[in-house]
Amino acid sequence: MIAPFTRIALAVAAFGGIAAFGLWAAPAVAQSGPLRIEITEGVIEPLPFAAPTFVAENAAAADAAQDITRVIAADLRGTGLFREIPSTAHISTITNFSSPVQFNDWQAINAQALITGSVEQSANGQLIVRFRLFDVFSQQPLGEGLQFVGSPDSWRRMAHNVADQVYERLTGETGYFDTRVAFISESGPKNARLKRLAIMDYDGANVQYLTDSRALVLAPRFSPDGSRLLYTSYESGEPRVYLMDVATVSRRPLETFVAGNMTFAPRWSPDGGRVVFSEEQGGNTDIFMLDLGSGLRTQLTQAPSIETAPSFSPDGTQVVFESDRSGTQQIYVMSANGGDARRISSGTGRYGTPVWSPRGDLIAFTNQNEGRFHIGVMRTDGSEERLLTASFLDEGPSWAPNGRVIMFTRETAGADGAPALYSVDISGRNLQRVATPGMASDPSWSPLQN
Amino acid sequence: MSSLIRIFTRATLVVAVLGLAACGQGRLGAGNTTNLNGSGLNGAGAQDPSSPAYFNQTIGDRVLFAVDQSTLSAEGRTILNGQAQWLLTNTEYAALIEGHADEQGTREYNLALGARRAAAVQEYLISQGVPANRLRTISYGKERPLEICSDETCYSQNRRAVTVISVGLGA
Repeated sequence: MIAPFTRIALAVAAFGGIAAFGLWAAPAVAQSGPLRIEITEGVIEPLPFAAPTFVAENAAAADAAQDITRVIAADLRGTGLFREIPSTAHISTITNFSSPVQFNDWQAINAQALITGSVEQSANGQLIVRFRLFDVFSQQPLGEGLQFVGSPDSWRRMAHNVADQVYERLTGETGYFDTRVAFISESGPKNARLKRLAIMDYDGANVQYLTDSRALVLAPRFSPDGSRLLYTSYESGEPRVYLMDVATVSRRPLETFVAGNMTFAPRWSPDGGRVVFSEEQGGNTDIFMLDLGSGLRTQLTQAPSIETAPSFSPDGTQVVFESDRSGTQQIYVMSANGGDARRISSGTGRYGTPVWSPRGDLIAFTNQNEGRFHIGVMRTDGSEERLLTASFLDEGPSWAPNGRVIMFTRETAGADGAPALYSVDISGRNLQRVATPGMASDPSWSPLQN
Repeated sequence: MSSLIRIFTRATLVVAVLGLAACGQGRLGAGNTTNLNGSGLNGAGAQDPSSPAYFNQTIGDRVLFAVDQSTLSAEGRTILNGQAQWLLTNTEYAALIEGHADEQGTREYNLALGARRAAAVQEYLISQGVPANRLRTISYGKERPLEICSDETCYSQNRRAVTVISVGLGA
């Protein structure tokens, strides 16, 4: 039995115990602007930060203080944008969250950003996490101190919330740490793979299995509010799109089955009210749209070629998809009402699995060329294509909610070949394997939780 | 008279099926149908032209495709002619045609490509007179490779459409 995931509302309040801090945009003393790292440039030199272990306000909070500090630091390190100065190099220790910071001690070890915090277990058992962020060289706070309150078992989410705040204040972009990833967990030999639908925190913690391995399942997609999943399952004997409520793990077919017709490759509209997907009839695959409210079904493409992998633009007006109408897989954009499509891919090889960035500026894709696979991005008109990765088999990009990082499937070659999840940022840097309990494929990144 | 013979034939098949199940020869993805392929029935079984073993081994239960293609080769059509003839003779059988792709492709595209291959076989069998209501298709894309190496010797075996016969489906 799978315990339903409980969404915990974290009380977020301006930290009342300390006089109001200046806003982070306020002019800093020692520099021309606030401490800021620009993601778009492709960071080569990460910004050094120190995150001394949060002060445990009482004995009951000691373990949580250690754990929370560790997760915050791991979140920030994992971006590739920040470099942690290890605690062994620290001159100062923070023993009182309210005491003035000895900036000289942090300047001496070249920490540019300093995160201080405290963790307290309240009399009613709630965990209270407070933090402050400082620009060490201007000796100024970056934003207000914040306090998060939640149940002790939500400590990871509170840590991710702190890290998201730090990321946002240092980059000017929203973070992506308090997120989940839906994926396919795989086991067994290559010619008899068992696949299960699973979700986990973005960093691999808190894995939950949502289906057993009796039916082949493929390619989950988080709804825009993170509460539901679309995925493809063979549980009826034929591949069909299903809809699952994540909290209750209840599922239903997206539509009444039409015998012999395969449905697959679903994606949500940005408002969660519509689904685009592929349906195969008599060997031919086209793209359809289903309005979840009215049940109205619209056929968006009508061609004898393969049209699949549709993905909405963030404003809901356009759909990017792949088609082999030219003879090979290429990427096209059409109105969300269907009609004429324009090809946007123009490089070498085959292009598939286009996914529109949540920021609207880029389309991520899989490129297959001369026996190698790449994850890449291009502008929505097809210009400025950049390949970010290369391997035997990379495919299926999914965007972080801030549009700065892409997660995808990488599979190794050969009889012992196995899939794993990887992430890379949009400049092509910071390629990392994502922690999963075993083989994993088809990641779908959730929106930022609240 | 003829109905008595048919009953006898079916009873024989049931016995064979139970024997196979006990040997754990069921294959993944066969759904609710009773799968008689890959059964390891040899010798006498394969000599009997009305046996599933004969269909699988002597006629051939699969056709192979070129890279990214769903066009039937001359060799493939020869095999399918034999399949059609067998299905027209052994009318108590129906067929599920599985379309497959090699791993050199994206997941969604390979599902669509597998469906194309299965449909190509289905259409050809129908053109040879097999009633459409005895034929179903399913695509597994690249999800069920037969051979697991990552070069053309395996890929060529994985780009396939397999005709899986079973008793009574849709008949």
